Amino acid sequence: MADPKDIVVEFMQSKAKSKSKFYFNDLAALFPEMKMREAKKIINKLVTDGVLVYWSSGSTTMYGLPGAGKQAGAEGED
Amino acid sequence: MAKHATPLLDQLESGPWPSFVADIKEEADRRRKNEKNVTYQIPSDVCDDLLGVLELSYTDGTTHWKHGGIVGVFGYGGGVIGRYCDQPQMFPGVAHFHTMRVNQPAGKYYKTDYLRQLCDIWDMRGSGLTNMHGATGDIVLLGTTTPQLEEIFFELTHNMNTDLGGSGSNLRTPAACLGESRCEWACYDTQEMSYQLTMEYQDELHRPAFPYKFKFKFDGCPNCCVASIARSDMAFIGTWKDNIGIDQEAVAAYIGGELKPNGGAHADKDWGAFDIQKEVIDLCPTECMWIEDGKLKINDRECTRCMHCINVMPRALRIGNDRGLSILVGAKAPILDGAQMGSLLVPFIKAEEPYDEIKEVIESIWDWWMEEGKNRERLGELIKRQGLAKCIEVVGLKPVPQHVLEPRHNPYIFWKEEDVTGGWQRDIAEFRKHHQR
Ligand code: SF4
Ligand code: SF4
Repeated sequence: MADPKDIVVEFMQSKAKSKSKFYFNDLAALFPEMKMREAKKIINKLVTDGVLVYWSSGSTTMYGLPGAGKQAGAEGED
Repeated sequence: MAKHATPLLDQLESGPWPSFVADIKEEADRRRKNEKNVTYQIPSDVCDDLLGVLELSYTDGTTHWKHGGIVGVFGYGGGVIGRYCDQPQMFPGVAHFHTMRVNQPAGKYYKTDYLRQLCDIWDMRGSGLTNMHGATGDIVLLGTTTPQLEEIFFELTHNMNTDLGGSGSNLRTPAACLGESRCEWACYDTQEMSYQLTMEYQDELHRPAFPYKFKFKFDGCPNCCVASIARSDMAFIGTWKDNIGIDQEAVAAYIGGELKPNGGAHADKDWGAFDIQKEVIDLCPTECMWIEDGKLKINDRECTRCMHCINVMPRALRIGNDRGLSILVGAKAPILDGAQMGSLLVPFIKAEEPYDEIKEVIESIWDWWMEEGKNRERLGELIKRQGLAKCIEVVGLKPVPQHVLEPRHNPYIFWKEEDVTGGWQRDIAEFRKHHQR
């Protein structure tokens, strides 16, 4: 299997024009044969390694590449 | 001298109740004088600027906070809620004003030195303003800057032996009633279970991977002092299987007036003589009580454990001895899109360490919700979408009559768009005149 890091980063970069933040479900869907809890371990490891960062509205958490996306997204401007 | 004039806020102080405005002013003044020589790590005029930005919001009729962003300290996906002011030049003291959620002790028992230590950290590294406690139960520390987050986290974990709470798509900080520590109605040790499950599910608490938030609450009996039935995705409510204990002599003493009903709680007014028929028997929701030959009788098969009769006559009636808990699922209390009460899932389960049976229920519910739940869909919404029958099936239970057909209804009534001047729409260009990106 390809390195999960490459799978996730490639996916995020391919969407970079329209989206900077992703739900956990969107990322877990990249590993269809995996149980949700296993996918969680991989994705959280990418956060610990600094490949991904968390973004939270307070009620929901999303994942993104460091530095991607602006707060203005919350006002529906981009 | 106050930094900003706040005529609108000042009005809020004129009412008969304690005012948060007066409290913030007091703290602003204390920080200005700094008689204890605190080495403030965030702007000392944070409280002044907080009053300023609030006044501006009252003038404009709109918020000047931007939410979202920072989520925590290194390795944590929750516990901090990023908040920034959209007019930082006017109010530099609150340019960053992040909230930190701290796990409250089970049952909210504190020692004064613990509270002092907490306040000392927060005076030095934050605004000095707290909210004790937030709706989920956490200690809420209001307002600090990004560089202080790790410092505060270090002190909380190393010197105070506590931890950040949950936020975002995590298991939120579990909350328990004070249970067996003080209450004779506790059917299980709520604080112990809250602690054990908090420790067991650290990963779920700090590393978000759920579709949305998830709350646990532990109530020792159906009086529901932490409102688990209304406010938690999974409520653990103490109950019993056998009969309510009756001391007929004490029943007679209540009837004769020697014992005060409700532990004397209504003694401030003369409500007349206690009337067991009117105040207890007629109010039993399942009509399963009666008096026979001067003795109180209960048909326990029909009793729903509503607690009413026990609350009124605590010396005469006692919870049963075969104790455990019921698990209810799907409650939520959001502002938008429908509050909902919990629906019964597991009628009775023993609450004994190591809680393996209960953990099985929890984990099968999580597996289902994580696989099937849509983004931002609470468990209660998934149950509505796929049906309670599906939920019962994933847990491996047999349906029983107590499993109602659909989740119980929303207790709130909401404004309609046509009732509100201007409706829900807003002009983004007009908004940007007053709020920076
Ligand atoms: S929920 Fe019941 S057991 Fe817990 S404190 Fe309230 S009355 Fe006591
Ligand atoms: S607990 Fe409630 S339902 Fe049960 S006997 Fe007492 S009043 Fe009736």
